[in-house]
Amino acid sequence: MSNASTGGAAPKVTIMRSQLSRARGMGAAGSGVHHWKVERITAIALVPLTTWFIYAVLHLLGAPQAGVHRFVHNPWNAVLLLAIVTMTFHHMQLGLQVVLEDYVSNHKWQMASLLLNKAVALILGLLCVVSILRMAFTA
Amino acid sequence: MVEFTLPKNSKVTPGHTWKAAAGAKNIREFKIYRWNPDDGANPRLDTYQVDLDAIGPMVLDALIHIKNDIDPTLTFRRSCREGICGSCAMNIDGGNTLACLQPIEDVKGDVKIYPLPHMAVVKDLVPDLSMAYAQLRSVEPWLKSDTPPPPDGERRQSVQERHKLDGMWECILCFCCTTSCPSYWWNGDRYLGPATLLAAYRWIADSRDEYTGQRLDALEDPFKLYACRTIMNCTKTCPKGLNPAKAIGEIKQMLVERAG
Repeated sequence: MSNASTGGAAPKVTIMRSQLSRARGMGAAGSGVHHWKVERITAIALVPLTTWFIYAVLHLLGAPQAGVHRFVHNPWNAVLLLAIVTMTFHHMQLGLQVVLEDYVSNHKWQMASLLLNKAVALILGLLCVVSILRMAFTA
Repeated sequence: MVEFTLPKNSKVTPGHTWKAAAGAKNIREFKIYRWNPDDGANPRLDTYQVDLDAIGPMVLDALIHIKNDIDPTLTFRRSCREGICGSCAMNIDGGNTLACLQPIEDVKGDVKIYPLPHMAVVKDLVPDLSMAYAQLRSVEPWLKSDTPPPPDGERRQSVQERHKLDGMWECILCFCCTTSCPSYWWNGDRYLGPATLLAAYRWIADSRDEYTGQRLDALEDPFKLYACRTIMNCTKTCPKGLNPAKAIGEIKQMLVERAG
């Protein structure tokens, strides 16, 4: 029986399904390792990348547009910028997914918010990537 | 969405006050959550004035005194009164612990006692743990082996292999940790909770068990295992001083090793 071991005016829950069946649920999805691992790897990778990025931005402080363009035109800088942008948005998507799973309990809203989270991360990430590539490949 | 307030019928109202007997000198107030499924009323917080000179040192001593001598309608679970049965797990002074292991003198101010958090309440301090028990059963916490035991004796284990189980076999399944875990509050229908995961790892780490792979398969799930956010409430609250968070970390590490 369910946990509805209450009578009187208490809210009645009519769940006849066995507790073990509820506990087993639909079984294990066989995933989660990848999410957990990548979340941590991107976090670690972002420590040096973000440090470099802050250093670079401070270095470019007050530079004219041509100077910034020249900076991104350098292949090493372009690659590092692409790395930080993809890692940041990937990490953001993975982290926000966890938050949404915790705080949005309505199943439909959770599904919708998880998809929206992925879409926003993807669009913003691609926008940054294309912008960097454009600066990298134009003189 | 996440709930910021209690539902209307769960809001705790002020309750009765039970004065201490005249002549009592060493008085302490115990504020105890009361809820009766039969009267249809909201839960309330009753105040009991207890003469500490008349009772033993632990919170459980006070509860037994209240039930025997002040208010026999107070309902709570207890059995061994020495921290080995896990029955008297409850929320005392804001933390989950065993009433029998909690000295009254370690609590500052009034002694506030509630049932274990975020579980359905059966009555007063008695929570409904049937789902938690079912989750424990779902990880099959018993030895599973295809090799039959030696015909002339028990399955043997080296001293080093046995040491791996220290810090896990001591768990008394009071569910203080599981009910202290916000992840379990949020996703208790899917997340197994620290007590169950500690029990799962106890068998994964057992050298005599031959179902390690299947056990890991059964845990490899975004919720069953990975809803653990390493909040560490479990380890902080464990009245036996165990470390469920470490066991969960070991399982995650094994899964990473397996996946490569």
